[in-house]
Amino acid sequence: MALNGNVPGGPIEEKWDNHRFELKLVNPANKRKHTVIVVGTGLAGSSAAASLAELGYNVLAFCIQDSPRRAHSIAAQGGINAAKNYQNDGDSVYRLFYDTVKGGDYRSREANVYRLAQVSNSIIDQCVAQGVPFAREYGGTLGNRSFGGAQVSRTFYARGQTGQQLLIGAYSALMRQVEVGKVTLFPRREMLDLVLVDGHARGIVVRNLVTGKMESYAADAVILATGGYGNVFFLSTNAKACNVTATWRAHKKGAYFANPCYTQIHPTCIPVSGSHQAKLTLMSESLRNDGRVWVPKQQGDARTPEQIPEDDRDYYLERRYPSFGNLVPRDVASRNAKAVCDDGRGVGATARAVYLDFRDAIQRDGFDVIHSKYGNLFQMYEEITAENPYETPMRIYPAVHYTMGGLWVDYDLMSNVPGLFVLGEANFSDHGANRLGASALMQGLADGYFVIPYTIGGYLAGAATEVDTSHPAFREAEKEVTDRLEKILAVDGSRTVDDFHREVGMLLWDNCGMARNEADLRVAKGKVREIRDEFWKNVTVTGSQGEFNQTLERAGRVADFLEFAGLMVEDALVRNESCGAHFREEHQTEEGEALRDDENFSYVAAWEFKGVNEAPALHKEALEFENVSLSQRSYK
Amino acid sequence: MNLTLRVWRQKDGQDKGGMETYQATDVSPDMSFLEMLDEVNEELSRKKQPPIAIESDCREGICGACGLVIGGIAHGPGKGTTTCQLYMRSFKDGDTIDIEPWRAAAFPVVRDLVVDRSSFDSIIQSGGYVSVNTGSPPDGNALLISQPVSEEAMDAAACIGCGACVAACRNASAMLFVSAKVKHLGVLPQGQPERKRRVLAMVEEMQEQGFGDCSNEYECEAVCPKEISVETISFLNREFIKGKIAK
Repeated sequence: MALNGNVPGGPIEEKWDNHRFELKLVNPANKRKHTVIVVGTGLAGSSAAASLAELGYNVLAFCIQDSPRRAHSIAAQGGINAAKNYQNDGDSVYRLFYDTVKGGDYRSREANVYRLAQVSNSIIDQCVAQGVPFAREYGGTLGNRSFGGAQVSRTFYARGQTGQQLLIGAYSALMRQVEVGKVTLFPRREMLDLVLVDGHARGIVVRNLVTGKMESYAADAVILATGGYGNVFFLSTNAKACNVTATWRAHKKGAYFANPCYTQIHPTCIPVSGSHQAKLTLMSESLRNDGRVWVPKQQGDARTPEQIPEDDRDYYLERRYPSFGNLVPRDVASRNAKAVCDDGRGVGATARAVYLDFRDAIQRDGFDVIHSKYGNLFQMYEEITAENPYETPMRIYPAVHYTMGGLWVDYDLMSNVPGLFVLGEANFSDHGANRLGASALMQGLADGYFVIPYTIGGYLAGAATEVDTSHPAFREAEKEVTDRLEKILAVDGSRTVDDFHREVGMLLWDNCGMARNEADLRVAKGKVREIRDEFWKNVTVTGSQGEFNQTLERAGRVADFLEFAGLMVEDALVRNESCGAHFREEHQTEEGEALRDDENFSYVAAWEFKGVNEAPALHKEALEFENVSLSQRSYK
Repeated sequence: MNLTLRVWRQKDGQDKGGMETYQATDVSPDMSFLEMLDEVNEELSRKKQPPIAIESDCREGICGACGLVIGGIAHGPGKGTTTCQLYMRSFKDGDTIDIEPWRAAAFPVVRDLVVDRSSFDSIIQSGGYVSVNTGSPPDGNALLISQPVSEEAMDAAACIGCGACVAACRNASAMLFVSAKVKHLGVLPQGQPERKRRVLAMVEEMQEQGFGDCSNEYECEAVCPKEISVETISFLNREFIKGKIAK
């Protein structure tokens, strides 16, 4: 079935303005009568909840952490893009739009990306007004830096803690609305089901993680801002609690899941050190501004990096991509790191790493300059590895970082389930098959501050009748999720939850990671099912439902990951082309770059759930490119 | 290496709780402290015993979720780090390590090593923000902020709200937490219109939530993972007096 993204007509520059005019308004007195549920309090969720409350809606905000301030947006280091052109270096809304569509390898929806670029400037202004301490120049103006995949300096930042500062800004706005009574906050709640009444999203069932009790909440619309699914790989840069459960449960209730095979593997992370590893740590991409990436020219070169003379080093990114050099987009940088390691030229104890070297930058700019730019990152690296990056190059390797896929949404960010909106990393719409650096924070805040406050009005203005939690649909959903947890507890097997999680994660990393091929994917498809079957026969979870039980929480999430993994592999199999982060080994150029098949795959793959062991149904939204001409992405 | 752990176990808020002893075997120096506890918990799970409840999320020192008192020190040995940034190379074979939750009346225990810090959210709700609605604020560059002022604000804004300052304080005072927010917004031009109201409201809420007062022990600064200085508390005190006089 063909899907329609409901993109407004007219020239791309005018679509959003025209659409905002055409959207129905809810008058201020009526806004007070509407309740909106927001699940997740990262950048997208907090900004949406605060902005909707400011407009007068009653907001119920939910998060799994003990405080909304801890959502994983907080860990974003590098920065946030905007088309301010403060640096007079040729930036514009159009260029940011163009770069993002190209960076996504022409697999995103043009109109959404254009709107993102349009509102990017307002985000910076809004955050400054909130008191976000962005980096400043001596004259007091805002500072910028360049970031991977861009040739202009459009990235705003607050040391290496940009995500933290932006989230604190959104969190403060949210707290202000809690104080005035427009937002009711529900921390330590995990959404376990979406409740539909007459086909519309009308509420959620959550588990109170402290008491273990199921709670139901009703509303006129439900917004999911619950982040990505990168933790399906077990090892990723995501926080431990990041999960697919909220979006997956919505998927099982009818919401289409789009492009689940698009996973961003970030090139600059600290390599895995052993089997005990619980998660991976990102080293900000900003390091590639000054660090040079290299490996020895000789395979198996056992010398220390200092002993390897210039002539024996291969600065492979600079060699292969002279115009972008070390600043190529993430997917390209990651794939190249994998390629040199596969070639036997990896470094460090595991030989699955490459060097990121600051020697030349320190010689050029001096210790003090490098220290002031990256001091906290260098310190973090040293704490983890016990090596000093001022003296010896960092060792880095790609790791799972972000997921471009997510629930399918139309131009209004509404899923195919009426009344269910999806924001931030949880939706699929803006980054195509690869996300550029400093774009995730931009998208999360664009969705929350400047898109949803308009588009939700268009839906609520025509909204249906009152529903409360006495509706039988809530009882049914509560029973369903209670039974599911009871079933997990009843297994009483011999393998731990993490054991299953690590197994499926490794399977996906090997077969559905930086490079995929049909044969491996077919093997993975069968294996995912085997692991899932074994989970339900052999997992062990102690304790009960009616208490604070972290193992049970994780078990529920892993059970969902095990179902989701099947869809991810299926999507990777069906997309028989390479694009962005989805690299099918069968489809590459002579130089080893991703080779798209625009004729057959220029579409969004939106999957409909048909049952856990049933084949999902594929719906396609055709991608039309009226403003950007499709070309082979080149960063040479 | 092999270690003996003495861990606080408490089933829920009503339970009295107590220390229990566990062995951590084959610990690698490259493990983080939390990874070492993950392994202990895996072992407990395999033996079908309830694992130790521990709060942690980002595991890179920025979300503020983790927080253990290790050997009597909030976030353990090591300067400027959170619990998740502590590595086992800080310990040696045969060590006995005491592991306890944050202890403060305003942070009741939820289970084992997990506490409820929603009192911090209440403090922010009372005034830790600039009252500006989403809309069309002036251009970001319309407000010039000198680099030193921006840096000063950032030093204070680096607070991750972990609560170590409270755990380390003999009075369980939240002065360092409150002062960090008061200073972050107090030195910036955006924070000026509400400057006096903010400090009074936040200090009042801090007392309401059951946190104690500051008696200049400087323990908070010593354990702060973001190394926020006690001079920030001096800033708060000056602001508070100015606010009171203006009132």
